[in-house]
Amino acid sequence: MSIVTVQLGQCGNQIGREVFNAICSDAHGTHGLCSKKENESYHDTCKERFFYEEESEVPVARAVLVDMEPKVIGQTLSMAARSGCWKYDDRSHFCQKQGSGNNWANGYSVHGPRHKEVIMNLVQKEAEKCDRLSGFFTIMSMAGGTGSGLGAFVTQCLRDAFPTSFILNHVIWPYGTGEVIVQNYNSVLTLSHLYQSSDALLVHENDVIHKICAQLMNIKQISFRDVNQVIAHQLGSVFQPTYTGDGGLLYSRNPLGDLMETLVPHPEFKMLGLRNIPQMPENSLAYSTFTWPGLIKHLRQMLIANAKMEEGIDWQVRPPRLGSSIPSSHSTDKPLHFNTSIANLVILRGKDVHSVDLGSFRDPSLYTSWLNPQDAFHAWKTPRAFNKYEKSASLVSNSQFLLKPLDNVVGKAWNMFAYKAYIHQYTKYGIEEEDFLDSFTALEQVISSYTIL
Amino acid sequence: PVSLLFAVGQCGNQVGCRFWDLALREHAAVNKKGIYDEALSSFFRNVDTRSGGDGPDIYKGKICSLKARALLIDMEEGVVNEILQGPLRDVFDSKQLITDVSGSGNNWAVGHKLYGCQYRENIVEKLRKTAEHCDCLQCFFIIHSMGGGTGSGLGTFVLNLLEDEFPEVYRFVTSVYPSGEDDVITSPYNSVLAMKELNEHADCVLPIENESLFDIVNKIHQMINSGKLGSTVKQNSLVTSSAGGTKTVQEKPFDAMNNIVANLLLNLTSSARFEGSLNMDLNEISMNLVPFPRLHYLVSSLTPLYTLADVNVPSRRLDQMFSDAFSRDHQLIQADPKHSLYLACALLVRGNVQVSDLRRNIERLKPSLHFVSWNQEGWKTGLCSVPPVGHSHSLLALANNTCVKPTFIELKDRFMKLYKKKAHLHHYLHIDGMEQSCFSEAMMSLSDLIEEYNELDATKGGPRIDPSRLKIAV
Repeated sequence: MSIVTVQLGQCGNQIGREVFNAICSDAHGTHGLCSKKENESYHDTCKERFFYEEESEVPVARAVLVDMEPKVIGQTLSMAARSGCWKYDDRSHFCQKQGSGNNWANGYSVHGPRHKEVIMNLVQKEAEKCDRLSGFFTIMSMAGGTGSGLGAFVTQCLRDAFPTSFILNHVIWPYGTGEVIVQNYNSVLTLSHLYQSSDALLVHENDVIHKICAQLMNIKQISFRDVNQVIAHQLGSVFQPTYTGDGGLLYSRNPLGDLMETLVPHPEFKMLGLRNIPQMPENSLAYSTFTWPGLIKHLRQMLIANAKMEEGIDWQVRPPRLGSSIPSSHSTDKPLHFNTSIANLVILRGKDVHSVDLGSFRDPSLYTSWLNPQDAFHAWKTPRAFNKYEKSASLVSNSQFLLKPLDNVVGKAWNMFAYKAYIHQYTKYGIEEEDFLDSFTALEQVISSYTIL
Repeated sequence: PVSLLFAVGQCGNQVGCRFWDLALREHAAVNKKGIYDEALSSFFRNVDTRSGGDGPDIYKGKICSLKARALLIDMEEGVVNEILQGPLRDVFDSKQLITDVSGSGNNWAVGHKLYGCQYRENIVEKLRKTAEHCDCLQCFFIIHSMGGGTGSGLGTFVLNLLEDEFPEVYRFVTSVYPSGEDDVITSPYNSVLAMKELNEHADCVLPIENESLFDIVNKIHQMINSGKLGSTVKQNSLVTSSAGGTKTVQEKPFDAMNNIVANLLLNLTSSARFEGSLNMDLNEISMNLVPFPRLHYLVSSLTPLYTLADVNVPSRRLDQMFSDAFSRDHQLIQADPKHSLYLACALLVRGNVQVSDLRRNIERLKPSLHFVSWNQEGWKTGLCSVPPVGHSHSLLALANNTCVKPTFIELKDRFMKLYKKKAHLHHYLHIDGMEQSCFSEAMMSLSDLIEEYNELDATKGGPRIDPSRLKIAV
């Protein structure tokens, strides 16, 4: 089954390109660690999932590119074409000239309705190219105007037009100390709206990825391209083919559906965090060896202690002891720093995956009590190594990972809202104070729900 | 997205002239193939003049004849005529000019009421024609001075007109404010009357003071003449220089100062024209820097002022550029933002600078700056890959800061000195449409503005409201 990617705004398009790059380069990489047959199966599944073949040409990405100004799409299309290994469909993009001015209301209330038909036509065309459509993967930043505002509108349209398809929104959390001054307003409006139409929100935080680039990748002068490449690597580690452990002999056919099924049991809880280890500069790969027990141990502690990367993990944090007399989901018994999960998915790629012991992730004390522990945890595996890493482990988690960042963003936005700063810029395009209040309320609800896990 | 420039009055046109020259220089440096591209189309049309005269616009392909997207307006002919006889003559055609002969006599009322009325239709017609050639008109720029008659009066008349005719298009005004020692006695009247218009009709104002421009010019002279740097400064990198442009004649006295303002506008629009990893369009500037409609006066500072010829710039120099942007030496108005309150700040970086450089410097500089309580991390940032001519990187900082208050208070004081004695008032009042109430209203508008800044300063923008979060029933 195929996934159609919708790249929205500057961020969405810049990241989208890196994602297809990473997937393509991984698919073509020679990975002598698994059988040829395995490799071919991987390659074919990956192809079908993300690309379609045109006669005697390089694979064409299943993607729609949308932006309200032309420069980024222009660059994205030409950089892809220059790679020689894949490209975008020249007709599968839509752009305007004047941008959204970092104004969510402009993106949502003006550009959205105005360009709905054209954009949805492009999406429909891409969907029709798929033999079977698994769903949509949208990439956007919440800080600006297009990705955020137009992105929220388009997500709604996708939901209306494709009621039975899955929609996964990849959302980029901007740097805390501003890329855009009104980013917190834009974020609150985006998240509250996406929550209504999306199946799940997969989040990457710029601050976190930046740290990974600085401390793990040893990059001195970090550019947005560096950040985007790490993000692309992490996404690739989730979306490249795997066996879903049902004992199947075929690679999973419905990646988005499987993801939703395992991770989103309840519509109130849609915030997914992503961790991927190990992460290091390419030239160090040859000199590093990891063991699965070591990787699993680190990944589990990252989950429990809410660590953003594999350095600086707080090993003191422990799960609460089970068997307390209150069998509810009250957090009073739980240690303050402990990250409670609803559901987790671990994805393992590389040498000797089938021998890995994941018992520690099935520990019921990691989870809320609503699901059976065996339903709360899943593992997907493939012996096929990913992107030159001999062993690679990813964790997609529906847990309290994003509680603090969410709370921060809502707090800052609320603070600014109390003084009505910048509100006139939004009311100009039809987003009123009441709309803000609705969004705040919706998000406070989400925060409350995640807090009392 | 396309911008239209209105140069009004003597100052406006002198600055405008430098702007077009340096814009051509900048695009020539980047556009090696001579293809008319999106970047060029922001400021220039591409006209087919092969069959002589004014042919149709060419939207793609080779550059034929570039015409500035501008209207040059002056009630005297001297400056505009010089432009039309100079090396930029082919960049304008007669349909873009509106001139008269007698000038405005340093009288706002003559510029605004008399000439405004007289030339309204003419201006609207030319404006509409010019706008027709624009694929996607995003922004109007007005360049003028506040102290005289034409730039100040007719310039603000045009501002009003633009709002009426094209309410959706952003209006950015670059205003040169008179100094205390201005030799035009009535400059306070003209400035305050113009301020009311700016308060009510501009989206963003970039106030400029001649003293600051003058100081920058002097600083550069000193650096060059002190012999320490001398011949090792790259001539075309000087923020004051016309080198590499079309001017082969000896530079005129105000050229250096005007080049600074021209460079301000080039840097302001760079990210809208050229690519980068984090684009910043003009509508984003207004969105992020104007939290309340009337507080739209932005303090600008430009760095570097020059580049040394030995190119290898280590990271330390890069950080110095950020520090300089927050030093008073680089500001285009006399103000003290560090000791006042920031409502918002934007950093527009050009050249080989990455997000980590930006972050490192924001972290470093933040502690010494005071931001309002509701916008503690209020930074808007842009990264444009294309540096200005002669530089490997540059930075334009725009601050919405209460430090503009003293400038406005001084202006008000100078106004009051004259107004109390009713000095020269009759020159204004005998113009049709001018009444004493125009003066008192303008005065009130300025006072109200000052009061808004006072409020912010008094409370540090801060807590008279307790923004406790919404409580959700569990």
